Amino acid sequence: MASAAESDPLAAFREDVRNWLAAHFPKSLAYKDVGLSALEGPQDPSADEAAWTRAMGEKGWGVPTWPSAYGGGGLSRAEARVLQDEMARIGASNPIGGMGVMMFGPTLLEYGTEEQKQEHIPRIARNEVRWCQGYSEPGAGSDLAALQMFAEDKGDHYLVNGQKTWTSGGQWADKCFALVRTDKTKKHEGISFLLIDMDSPGVEVKPIRLISGSSPFCETFFTDVKVPKGNLVGREGEGWTIGKRLLQHERSSLSGGGGSAGRLLAGKPLSQVAKDYRGTDADGRLSDADLRMRLVRHEMDTRAFMLTLRRAALEAKSNQGPSAATSIMKNVGARITQDRAELGIEIMGMNGLGWEGEGFTDAELAQTRTWLWGKAVSIYGGSSEIQNNIVAKRILGMLDHQ
Amino acid sequence: MAVLTEEQTMLRDMAREWADNESPVTAFRKLRDAAPAEGYDAAAWGEIGQMGWGGIVIPEGQGGSALGYLSLGMVVEQLGRNLAASPLASTGPAASAIALGEDDAAKAEWLGRIAAGEVVATLAIDEGPVHGAAIATRVEGGRLTGTKLFVTEGDSAAVFVVAAEDGLYLVAGTDGVTRSPRRMADARSHAEVRFAAAPATRLGGVDLTAKVVDYAAALAAAEMLGLAEQAFATTNDYLKTRVQFGQALSTFQALQHRMAKMLTELELMRSVVEGALEAIDAGRSDLDQAVSLAKSVAGDTARLVTREMIQLHGGIGMTDEHDAGFYMKRAAVLEAMWGNAAFHRERFARLNGY
Ligand SMILES: Cc1cc2nc3c(=O)[nH]c(=O)nc-3n(C[C@H](O)[C@H](O)[C@H](O)COP(=O)(O)OP(=O)(O)OC[C@H]3O[C@@H](n4cnc5c(N)ncnc54)[C@H](O)[C@@H]3O)c2cc1C
Repeated sequence: MASAAESDPLAAFREDVRNWLAAHFPKSLAYKDVGLSALEGPQDPSADEAAWTRAMGEKGWGVPTWPSAYGGGGLSRAEARVLQDEMARIGASNPIGGMGVMMFGPTLLEYGTEEQKQEHIPRIARNEVRWCQGYSEPGAGSDLAALQMFAEDKGDHYLVNGQKTWTSGGQWADKCFALVRTDKTKKHEGISFLLIDMDSPGVEVKPIRLISGSSPFCETFFTDVKVPKGNLVGREGEGWTIGKRLLQHERSSLSGGGGSAGRLLAGKPLSQVAKDYRGTDADGRLSDADLRMRLVRHEMDTRAFMLTLRRAALEAKSNQGPSAATSIMKNVGARITQDRAELGIEIMGMNGLGWEGEGFTDAELAQTRTWLWGKAVSIYGGSSEIQNNIVAKRILGMLDHQ
Repeated sequence: MAVLTEEQTMLRDMAREWADNESPVTAFRKLRDAAPAEGYDAAAWGEIGQMGWGGIVIPEGQGGSALGYLSLGMVVEQLGRNLAASPLASTGPAASAIALGEDDAAKAEWLGRIAAGEVVATLAIDEGPVHGAAIATRVEGGRLTGTKLFVTEGDSAAVFVVAAEDGLYLVAGTDGVTRSPRRMADARSHAEVRFAAAPATRLGGVDLTAKVVDYAAALAAAEMLGLAEQAFATTNDYLKTRVQFGQALSTFQALQHRMAKMLTELELMRSVVEGALEAIDAGRSDLDQAVSLAKSVAGDTARLVTREMIQLHGGIGMTDEHDAGFYMKRAAVLEAMWGNAAFHRERFARLNGY
């Protein structure tokens, strides 16, 4: 064993992780996606799920690299990777997620006051609060800085009036991180980053149905909502900078969307699903040659993407967080996610387009919804077109045409 | 646009006007929400019957107008523009199968009623979720046994033209016929139809099966043409009105070029779809090639345009309240029907000795 330890300086840590997982991960959850469902809203967790979430929350391993002073795991990146590997090995998924983990937490760690961090970060790490994102408005989608929701300074509090839209999970959220206008005379510099309790008087949510049939997001109305001054993150007028930073975190977590690419239907590889549905020829190859080649192209795309993600991670030696390159990765991830879903429905033929009722398996019906829902990944978090504009301007230095 | 006779031009214009006035997308939305068991708007189907569209491909002596598939395709295209839920595209090939078939009694009994829109007839071909797999349905002693999946208008059809191992048969009535609805993303009528020793009349051999399936594929391509053109037009209009960054989206060159590309693809699509419909009318021997060309280009182009429709509408395109999702869902089902783009590329390759 000594030699193994020499070649793997993290061997002792790996051993600890393994033991801890063996003691705490309920086997019944292996290869199941546990945690917040963006698609259908919160489900009542089973006893095993609740226990697993509690254990991970207490350990801080749901947010492994966040500082332990705020309830994070305090792990190095290398240690976090070990944790990830060990979890993957037994089919354990991270039960702690959502916008708090993906976007708001990292942003608050960077820009929040000590008091704000103490208040919010540990509760995110333990999965106790659900956050939503109040950015988009009917007139401010891609052009986010055109937002109009106004927060008027009333001395000890702000009085907020206006409307947000496409608020994912708005109807289930406890809190909202919002971009609001505190100055009507300036575009970007008039924006501030404000935390709003969703149960404040004057907040009203109206769910919107999506093409996939579910209603995971809302129109959100704010009428004379009082928000304490202490809920301002950063300085007044600094919201655009902070808000953009958060979008980078959003992109980098969304670019992981391709991460599970190549898999489909309860962990079965796409190629296997294809063989099951479409049959093989005498040589054991997928009988639809055209589909076979497109599946291979998808597999290659996915591998190129994964290798690029890994290379980017290695290259980000100084831990500076996400950069403009996340725009590239978000777009590739979105494309891969959507390609996979298109291939999935094609493989299943008419069975991949079922809506409800008899004649379709649960996995088939889920595939239809995944396909439809997946069309959003190239729209939200900054659309693919907007990412390309960012790449052209910020990475390539191309000029805005006027 | 194909060179049309005066009669065809009138028919096309009339169909367009009717679809816009009597069957806009709002009518489809209402139908989807009301979800009638038959899967279509009976009143609208009645009007279609009165206008004689049910008889476009039925011989004159049998109650039809024998205008042919280019004409029927143009009508189906206009209905496709507004996603009209009509059994017209299903009844056409079924009627052709009867008209081309070898049973005179069946012609006399059914063609006039189909032409008048009194009954819905449809093809029952596939036995799996993907078109083209082997057919196991058999007929013994005039009784047909087998299960057909995803039969369009299977919820309401009174007459089924059924593919068996050795050719096409007509099954009418309820004796030995069980149907179970299959609710799909496009909210149209699809059903599993089980035949258990159902009395069947022979119409013709496997050649006839292949022929009418090609007719059905060509009509599906025509519906896709209308659907794709309207998806494109709606998107184009939207880009002209939606303002971001202080200007209409249509001023962004990144979007202009994509729209230009789509228009280009649509032009190609129109040519191949009309080409297939004309090949049917001319009785050309390379009909199979023409249809495979049309259906594969149609599949690719309808997919491109409807996916772009969602993307270019941004968040609003993802909502059920907007029509974009309807277009994408219907396009996906039409794409899977009668062989998708890959299926037809493969067939095209085989037919051309690749
Ligand atoms: C499922 C879903 C969940 C969402 N969740 C949230 C949320 O939780 N919180 C939140 O605040 N927002 C959320 N959004 C909103 C999302 O961020 C916006 O939809 C997105 O920013 C696009 O804005 P828009 O919908 O107004 O589209 P528009 O800005 O109107 O864009 C329409 C099309 O034009 C393109 N376009 C726009 N400008 C340009 C340009 N300059 N150059 C080239 N192309 C351009 C776009 O890329 C898009 O294809 C969500 C959206 C979806 C679909």
